[in-house]
Amino acid sequence: MDIAQELLNGSRLALSRAITAIENEYDEATDIMKKLYPHTGNAFVLGITGPPGAGKSTLTDKLAKEYRKRGKTVGIVAIDPTSPFSGGAILGDRIRMNGLTLDEGVFIRSMGTRGSLGGLSQKTADAVKAMDAFGKDIIFVETVGVGQSEVDIVKAADTTMVVLIPGMGDDIQAIKAGILEIGDVFTINKADHDGANKLEVELNMMLDLDGNMKDWRPPIKQVVASKGEGIEALVETIDKHYTHIKENGQLTQKRTERIKNEMLDILHSSIGSYIAKNIVDTGRLDEFVKQVENREIDPYSVVHGIMKSMLK
Amino acid sequence: MEKRIRVLVAKPGLDGHDRGAKVVARALRDAGFEVIYTGLRQTPEQIAEAALQEDVNVVAMSILSGAHPHLFPKIVKLVREKGLTDALIIGGGVIPEGDIPALKAAGVSEVFTPGATTSAIVEYIKENVK
Repeated sequence: MDIAQELLNGSRLALSRAITAIENEYDEATDIMKKLYPHTGNAFVLGITGPPGAGKSTLTDKLAKEYRKRGKTVGIVAIDPTSPFSGGAILGDRIRMNGLTLDEGVFIRSMGTRGSLGGLSQKTADAVKAMDAFGKDIIFVETVGVGQSEVDIVKAADTTMVVLIPGMGDDIQAIKAGILEIGDVFTINKADHDGANKLEVELNMMLDLDGNMKDWRPPIKQVVASKGEGIEALVETIDKHYTHIKENGQLTQKRTERIKNEMLDILHSSIGSYIAKNIVDTGRLDEFVKQVENREIDPYSVVHGIMKSMLK
Repeated sequence: MEKRIRVLVAKPGLDGHDRGAKVVARALRDAGFEVIYTGLRQTPEQIAEAALQEDVNVVAMSILSGAHPHLFPKIVKLVREKGLTDALIIGGGVIPEGDIPALKAAGVSEVFTPGATTSAIVEYIKENVK
């Protein structure tokens, strides 16, 4: 199967196979991406992050349904953590989105972090591109936000939504740093629980203190995703941000920045592969280590020599 | 090596609980697989479509209610029709030994009844996945 061509022709099997090739780093992945690239750049990418249990998947399900009502096609990349011990993962986001499985306008793919943060952002970005080339109007990237990886992942997004829930107590203090910077829209889910208004006040106070405020003050919306309450207003808010960054040129800036970072990532990863193949796997590294141990040569000169031969 | 074995753990029909499926799901995760679990009360169509979107290597069906003679072959048919010709399809749950030959004839590669160990399931998958 010519995966790229079939994908562009609308084959869901081809889209699925393309994402597998990307995830597993098959040789044909690069060829596929090359063929798909001219057809990317159209989709609106919405990043959804937040602590575990915030209801991100349920919210994604409701948002997707609302966008479908408005005639948009939807792609969803749902990311769950891979166990650093076993290398396995339970990818359980689909369970909240069962109503979308048989909707032909929706494509959902679950991905594990598979232990390499840098690698994940590139794979996520490529999976998003595959869905973009396939013709999806909107692509959700949903991930658990408890660390640095989420900041990386949201680099793939045009608009980033942070989902929080009331009653997290002082834990919110720990989460605030980092989340403030990446949130374009804040959603307080499970707003029917005690503390929703208090959380909104706290968030507003933090936003007041943020000296880095750009021209967009992140709105805070309260929803009860499980009941579908507040979803329409949330969609309006998300669309408002998207329109805003389109009109003031920030979207173009973001995408340029994204392309630059992606190219550097691919470059670094290629150099890393070269080193692994030619220096580590061949045993040359071990030889160098012996020489350095015996003080025959120093590490800097070793590297200098490697660089000279690489760049010849 | 980046490749992971991806397994869809599927509960077709109207089973009342998924304790067994969850035990299997966790065992598969601990064996290094990526497990997609879609919850109770799945239709064959939902299972086949999820298998397609997730490009799984294995579809592992679990039924406790006795509906396996109808549902298992139907799911095999739908999964193959989606183009997943290489996916390993296995089943488990409350399935009488006497029903197993017909299920295998319909394309279920192996059936794991109560008493089967999770390690037997893991080994079977590792040995037979394409």
